[in-house]
Amino acid sequence: MTSIILLSVFGIVNLFVGFLKSKKILLPLALLFLIVVFGVNLLAWNNTQTYFNNMLTIDNYAVAFTGIMVLTTLLILPFSQSYIDAEDENLAEYYSLLLFSLVGAIMMVAYENLIMLFIGIEILSIAMYVLAGSNKRSLRSNEAALKYFLMGSFFTGVLLFGIVLIYGATGTFDITEIGAANVMADGTTNTMFTMGLLLLVIGISFKIAAAPFHFWTPDVYEGTPTFFTTFMATVVKTAGVAAFYKLMNAAFEGSFTAWFPTIIAITVLTLVVGNIGAVIQPSVKRMLAYSSISHAGYLLMTLVAFNDLSENAIFFYSLSYALASVMSFGILKLVEDAREGNHSFAAFNGLGKTNPLLAFVMTVSMLSLGGIPLTAGFFGKLFVFSAVIETGNLMWLVVLAVVLAAIGIYYYIKVVIAMYMQPAGENTKVPVSGFATLVLIICAALTVLLGLVPGLVSNML
Amino acid sequence: MITALLLFWPALAALLVLLIKGQGAKKVAFVAALIEFAIAILATTGFDAAGGRMQYELNLPWVENAGIGFHIGMDGISLLMVLLTTFLVPLIILSAFNHDYKNPNAFYALILFMQTGLIGVFVALDAFLFYFFWEVALIPIYFIAAIWGGTNRIKVTLKFFVYTVFGSLFMLAAFVYLYFQTGATDAAAHSSDVQAFYQLALSAESQSWIFWFLFIAFAIKMPVFPFHTWQPDTYTESPTQATMLLSGIMLKMGIYGVLRWLLPVVPMGVSQWDELVLVLSIIGIVYGSVIAIRQHDLKRLIAYSSIAHVGLIAAGIFTLNEQGLQGGVIQMLSHGINVTGLFFIIDIIYRRTNTREITSLGGITQNAKALSIFFMILLLGAVALPLTNGFVGEFLLLSGVYQYNAWFGAVAGLTIILSAVYMLRMFQGVMFGTKSEHTDAFTDLTFNEKAVLIPLVIMVFWIGLFPNTFLSISEPAVGNLLNIINR
Repeated sequence: MTSIILLSVFGIVNLFVGFLKSKKILLPLALLFLIVVFGVNLLAWNNTQTYFNNMLTIDNYAVAFTGIMVLTTLLILPFSQSYIDAEDENLAEYYSLLLFSLVGAIMMVAYENLIMLFIGIEILSIAMYVLAGSNKRSLRSNEAALKYFLMGSFFTGVLLFGIVLIYGATGTFDITEIGAANVMADGTTNTMFTMGLLLLVIGISFKIAAAPFHFWTPDVYEGTPTFFTTFMATVVKTAGVAAFYKLMNAAFEGSFTAWFPTIIAITVLTLVVGNIGAVIQPSVKRMLAYSSISHAGYLLMTLVAFNDLSENAIFFYSLSYALASVMSFGILKLVEDAREGNHSFAAFNGLGKTNPLLAFVMTVSMLSLGGIPLTAGFFGKLFVFSAVIETGNLMWLVVLAVVLAAIGIYYYIKVVIAMYMQPAGENTKVPVSGFATLVLIICAALTVLLGLVPGLVSNML
Repeated sequence: MITALLLFWPALAALLVLLIKGQGAKKVAFVAALIEFAIAILATTGFDAAGGRMQYELNLPWVENAGIGFHIGMDGISLLMVLLTTFLVPLIILSAFNHDYKNPNAFYALILFMQTGLIGVFVALDAFLFYFFWEVALIPIYFIAAIWGGTNRIKVTLKFFVYTVFGSLFMLAAFVYLYFQTGATDAAAHSSDVQAFYQLALSAESQSWIFWFLFIAFAIKMPVFPFHTWQPDTYTESPTQATMLLSGIMLKMGIYGVLRWLLPVVPMGVSQWDELVLVLSIIGIVYGSVIAIRQHDLKRLIAYSSIAHVGLIAAGIFTLNEQGLQGGVIQMLSHGINVTGLFFIIDIIYRRTNTREITSLGGITQNAKALSIFFMILLLGAVALPLTNGFVGEFLLLSGVYQYNAWFGAVAGLTIILSAVYMLRMFQGVMFGTKSEHTDAFTDLTFNEKAVLIPLVIMVFWIGLFPNTFLSISEPAVGNLLNIINR
């Protein structure tokens, strides 16, 4: 709760600091704010509190996912160097919007009431609609913002409709009470309830870019300035999946049979579309967009499993995916800035020679996304597969995921090949700020650390 | 403790080598690899083969509260594999001394780093730890082959990488499944320890599909026909050192995996499918040999001969009798030594003549007496002439296959005739006859080259004349393995 208040206050303070002439102070200040929030958030560990007449619960689940999201934002911010250098960028506003959207993200993992879920999603999304279009003079950025906004509002409507139908069937917005009402007990059918449930699932599937509601993702990810794409791919996705699991676990455990076929269909489609789609992409940015769809698929596998291993699997997978994405999108942004906006595979040619550190970190990131041991991504995949295999009757899903994961290696390795095995040609050294270097080293170190001793965080929840 | 030292010393040394600029890196790497070999020798002297139990064990929790342990240790089979690895790696590093690879520090650091992965595979006694090192060994070899390899390297190594990861992910899925079958009475008692896997009592149906999940991973690595398609191209395009690592040591990972994680874990699955595996292996023997006869490129010829030899090893161990298994273990050592030596000799010839085409070579014996002798000895080892190491292994393997099925034994026996055909044909074309423009100014071996070949040749005779030194180390462990399989 304190983190929500602090973030809101800090967001406003940030706006006012923006009136200062020098933009140099903004980044250190924003980082400081986030470090404070990260620390304050941890204080709530093992100390469950509810707020606003049981609208929000800050329990360990909320604290853990808030931790991932604040940490991720903290790691993303240093990549805004090009905005600090540019004269006409509204850096203070960008930072404030990111802080505000983080408030929405926290509400999405701490909600106890469907209204709070809706408000959280809206706070998060509206900031993202603006940021998607922050590159005002770029046609692609404008297209991204418009597309994201129109599709987003449509699916928010679907979500809201779902909430209303659920209210109609149960008479409450409180997820625990919905769970307790257990409308579908004894195998009774309730059309209103089932329809509401389905619409809720569709609404959230859109937010985490699960197929077949993913069509906006490649275009929006590509058009949005890479700095904000990083945020979209990490924080927004983590919040969405955490909210999804919490919803299903608290409110709809009793109606498992009603939503299970839908979820499994969405999961399989997401895995297939994400992995196959990524293979044929011409640019690294679009490849990463499709890869983020595929990772939504792996995360959804925990929902399909829906057992005692799911929570920890989601947590570990989200953390490893967030770290890897900060590295990959961060380096993509640095490379893109140095190559006049070119984010094709060729832009990475020879990076191993011009910037050995960047190439190494990018390799760690690609291996982690691909799920190769020595990296956190391996244990992420292992825990997800474990959760599914424990159910005992879904071996076919694991086999499918395994085949698709092998395909995944192919497109991740393409980046590594470009970096180490293609000549640099006209590609020059990519300038990297000190902050960004530090962040990349931290992310790579954490990824390898979690790849060696996953026990550090694998059993927290 | 000594196992942990064996495991982590190369990785530490790799970090050290990485810091050294220039060509000094190779000397440091060589010394580090020699130290590793000394540690392995030390482990051997304190090793008590009788009883075949695990020794030098270390068992620490790895993933808390989940029954996943950092469990390492060695029995006789592991020890022989560790000895092979630690013996070959210094020689492989030494064999690169005449090359001036760019970024030598990265090159040698990757070789040492890979050694950690290889040792890890051979000493891991926890399924997930085994999988972990299995992939850790793959990453460095991919980079070595893909960065320092030949012109077509990128496409070829990508195929190799995706192919092997594809196989090993199936193994991972099978391990996770087995992990959940352990401690069935108590959900909190899951364990991925090798002993827990051995105690599983699974139904014949589930053993049947788990067999395939595991077998695909190992078969791709070995490679067994028809999973071999990545192998000839990868061997040919890789730099010689990577080829040596791949053929000399890495393919043994697959065979070792069968011994440790397939046969004892799903014995009923094996008994359902062993006939098919034997047939595939024997097809591999004939197929590899016949294609080797038709090759003009020396490296490809040895690559295909390797398919044939590994086919025989695979056939031998799936017979599940003592001769077959013991022959498989000893032949792993012999094949590792012979194939490493042969690839090195091809490298020597290639660097002096810039060609690997048999037709454009010839008459080398006139200029290089020492090379001819070493080449001949290693070649006879590969052909399995009595008194050489190949004879011991192939004899045991063939007698194992013969016990299983006389007809299989007869067809598999073709390997000896066919390998004599392609090997001697190669030797004739390359070493005898008239000199060509490429071999006109051929110089004999340098000191460094002799330093690599002499230890290899000593081993050819040692295993050939006194195989009991090694057979006695693995025999009790193989006996244990058979007890578990036949329980």
